[in-house]
Amino acid sequence: MGRKVLLEHINEAGIQGYDVYRSKGGYASVEKALKTMAPDAIVEEVKKSGLRGRGGAGFPTGMKWSFLAKPEGVPRYLVCNADESEPGTFKDRYLMEHIPHLLIEGMITSSFALGANTSYIYIRGEYFYLVRILEKAIAEAYANGWLGKNILGTDYSLDLYVHPGAGAYICGEETALIESLEGKRGNPRIKPPFPAIAGLYGCPTVVNNVETIAAVVPVVNMGGDEYAKIGLGRSAGTKLISASGHIKKPGVYEIEMGITVEEFIYSDEYCGGILNDKKLKAVVAGGSSVPVLPADLILKTANGEPRLMTYESLADGGFATGTMLGSGGFIVMDESTSIVQNLHTFARFYHHESCGQCSPCREGTGWMEKILHKILDGHGTLEDIDLLWDIQRKIEGNTICPLGDAAAWPVASAIRHFRSEFEDFVKNPTAHREVKYYFHCNNLDTAASYSSL
Amino acid sequence: MQLENDMAKVTIDGIQIEVPDGTTILNAARMIGPDVAPPTMCYYSKLKTSGGYCRTCLVEVTKGSEKDPRPMPKLVASCRTTVMDGMEVSNNTSAKVKDARAGVVEFLLLNHPLDCPVCDQAGECHLQDLGYEHGNYKTRTDFERRTFDKIDIGDKVQLHMTRCILCYRCVKTAEQITDGRVHGVINRGDHAEISTYVAQAIDNDFSGNVIDVCPVGALTDKTFRFKSRVWFTKPVDAHRSCDTCSGKVVLWYQGEEVLRVTGRKDEWGEVEEFICNTCRFDKKKTSDWTIEGPRKINRHSVIAANHYTNLVKPKEFKLNEIKQITE
Amino acid sequence: MTDTTDIKFSDESMALINNLIKRYPEGKHKSALLPVLHIAQAEFDGWLSVPVMDKVADILNIQPIEVYEVASFYSMYNLKPVGKCLIEVCRTSSCWLRGANDIVAHIEKRLGIKDGETTADGKFTLKTVECLGSCGTAPMLQIGEQFYENLTLEKVDELINNPQLVAKHSTYLDHTTFRKN
Ligand SMILES: Cc1cc2nc3c(=O)[nH]c(=O)nc-3n(C[C@H](O)[C@H](O)[C@H](O)COP(=O)(O)O)c2cc1C
Ligand code: SF4
Ligand code: SF4
Ligand code: FES
Ligand code: FES
Repeated sequence: MGRKVLLEHINEAGIQGYDVYRSKGGYASVEKALKTMAPDAIVEEVKKSGLRGRGGAGFPTGMKWSFLAKPEGVPRYLVCNADESEPGTFKDRYLMEHIPHLLIEGMITSSFALGANTSYIYIRGEYFYLVRILEKAIAEAYANGWLGKNILGTDYSLDLYVHPGAGAYICGEETALIESLEGKRGNPRIKPPFPAIAGLYGCPTVVNNVETIAAVVPVVNMGGDEYAKIGLGRSAGTKLISASGHIKKPGVYEIEMGITVEEFIYSDEYCGGILNDKKLKAVVAGGSSVPVLPADLILKTANGEPRLMTYESLADGGFATGTMLGSGGFIVMDESTSIVQNLHTFARFYHHESCGQCSPCREGTGWMEKILHKILDGHGTLEDIDLLWDIQRKIEGNTICPLGDAAAWPVASAIRHFRSEFEDFVKNPTAHREVKYYFHCNNLDTAASYSSL
Repeated sequence: MQLENDMAKVTIDGIQIEVPDGTTILNAARMIGPDVAPPTMCYYSKLKTSGGYCRTCLVEVTKGSEKDPRPMPKLVASCRTTVMDGMEVSNNTSAKVKDARAGVVEFLLLNHPLDCPVCDQAGECHLQDLGYEHGNYKTRTDFERRTFDKIDIGDKVQLHMTRCILCYRCVKTAEQITDGRVHGVINRGDHAEISTYVAQAIDNDFSGNVIDVCPVGALTDKTFRFKSRVWFTKPVDAHRSCDTCSGKVVLWYQGEEVLRVTGRKDEWGEVEEFICNTCRFDKKKTSDWTIEGPRKINRHSVIAANHYTNLVKPKEFKLNEIKQITE
Repeated sequence: MTDTTDIKFSDESMALINNLIKRYPEGKHKSALLPVLHIAQAEFDGWLSVPVMDKVADILNIQPIEVYEVASFYSMYNLKPVGKCLIEVCRTSSCWLRGANDIVAHIEKRLGIKDGETTADGKFTLKTVECLGSCGTAPMLQIGEQFYENLTLEKVDELINNPQLVAKHSTYLDHTTFRKN
């Protein structure tokens, strides 16, 4: 069994509430930080831990924190990114639902380290039931003296608020999130300036993912050096993986980075193998934005080495033969899956979610969806495949924010690795559209045939 | 005398220039001249925070700075990127830029009606110029284009959203030079549109300026009395003493008649000064004005060329030629 | 600005709104716009009419266009009337892999409406949406605050037959959601 540092106590009855959480050592990191550590020392520990952002980009958290500007007399903000809208990703939801105090504790310790006296948790609007849970946990933290004025009798004070969004994937992008928190449309800002210099209300701001902030708790408790021993090399620590699609046991798993992809898919500790024991066809390993890989390349790198669940191994081979760990949204597709149809759902997603500010993404995402729709309708041509390729190429790298890239990569990778399937689809659409897909709703014996588009 | 570290040396398409720190790549290029300046559709030097949206001004930074000579991994929007000392930039000399720009033009035209023959802006439309200079000729889409009905926002300004390229200039104009913005961008993605949402007039002293800043024919002057192509009209500089604005305008004549009044646009197509609605909409008699003389149009646009077909593509620099110029 | 004299928030909602405004620094009350629009939607039949939005602009002391811009950007705000029970079905990849299209088709057949439409009796609106973070329990749908997961066609039937779901407008939050700060 791999080591667990976030979900260690997840099966403890009542861990959602304050008392049980506290009895399991909860809030120890706040005590340690506020009573025995200087803010900069915490930043140092986070640096040493090798912790990298769990929201998708994997940027070293300690380094990000050290960029925060500290002008005299200007407030600084910590904002937790709980927008979690990347298709295939539901780990933050799991963490907030089952062990909300871990996030609250991480927010307090991290806010202290950054010198923030007001912090926000920006949560996607659809997670309203979680707003209730978080509000309750925050009320408990206030009642027990972990939030508010002069925490633990020190001169450190902190207010923590939950701010709900209202349905926009783009608000996961940190500057769009800040705009949204200011009550505006979720349009990403043009950088520079970066949030570390001018973020929320023009003040220095750090935005971190839920899981990143939660991981600060074990980092402070055990010390950066100890944390760095977990995991493998530059992929230090554990990662929450959201597993979905055609697997026997979908769900959220905390893995120690470094296990093989094969173990993750097939062992009973994790996904438990492919649904109905079918063959594996493809995997999207890190949320919808990362390149899809066919079975052979996800299990082994192009050099024939076993692919590991680490930032480096998943990226091995670049985009030609590799992918990215991303947000850890692990979507598994069995042999019956139509890559073209799956890609259409992604293309529709990005079209729907483009904020519309910059022309390549605003126009390009819609165009790609329309072409895929045309192919699904049976009117596609071979030229359409080349056109798709050309459009994604002209979006990638040319937009204001990375949503453009995120929209381009799934298209690029699907064509790169499954071109013949696209060609087949175009040549013989009826055969492709009539493939029956069977789904098996978790542990329920109902299977329905699926053919409609 | 400027201190040395207040200035930055930057090389654009092989031509070096020294500019104050904080200057954008675009403005540095404009200082060199129109042949190296990247095209712009959304940046507007008179509007704060403008630029960054259309992506036509993308350039390649082949050397970041003297201190950190690494090239930038992606093309950057020259209108929103400041120069660093020792930076080297490729615009017309970069194949990557040409390719990306052709892509941007294609995206901008994807849902554009291409109704130039009936558009008031024809002849002074930046998109028309851009498409001609940087686009591909064949359209690769047969999907239906997005369309909207024409609407009047008040009795002076007409909005034809179908032609809008969402440059945000009119929104920033309303926000920065008028009081009480009533129009904005509603909806999201490719459904986004310029709108007042509920029928409303854009009506205050400076609201007419949205017409001048619009790079395409989406916002037009309803008082432009006789339908006429711009190249049949004669632009004349004129002024009057006005309490609200500088009163410096261009009168557009056909024969003896003033068809419309606009701000004075510089060689980048930007107004030199914003003018008030009284000057723009209510003073259409020659006797209202002191005439200064014919307006010089510098831009290599249709108005200057008089015929669209006569337009020549701007000369491209070959690297060896540029060296000679700078030596 | 439209006439907003008829638009009155309940005392509880107004108290909550005033409480929420205090969560943001002095002068940054516009920050409360997103939560306030949710409250408005919950209070006024699940959608945002122009007078309601104008009222919100008035309360937050901002221009009406600032409210329209925001309300039309986010997918959870309805700018047209909706049925009492707003069924939102996810159809992105993971849900699609597990049969979301069947769920949508089944609901369309059962209710006699298409995606985006409302039944003639005003009881149901069907809206397909993008990933709601339930991919591991796909297929799924959301009604108000509630997630319904691991769906089967039978479960969908049960839902549609449940009279409680159409008893009042399905909304995402109310004054009990937030603590008093
Ligand atoms: C389109 C887009 C969507 C994103 N969505 C999320 C998200 O839902 N949650 C998240 O934590 N980060 C998301 N990110 C990444 C954030 O911009 C940012 O990098 C992250 O919150 C930083 O936190 P971390 O360093 O702790 O990962 C998104 C980025 C982009 C470009
Ligand atoms: S890339 Fe897309 S989402 Fe990002 S700013 Fe441009 S239009 Fe908006
Ligand atoms: S109406 Fe004109 S100025 Fe306004 S955004 Fe559209 S193109 Fe730009
Ligand atoms: S002019 Fe620079 S992006 Fe539009
Ligand atoms: S794909 Fe449906 S909830 Fe994520």
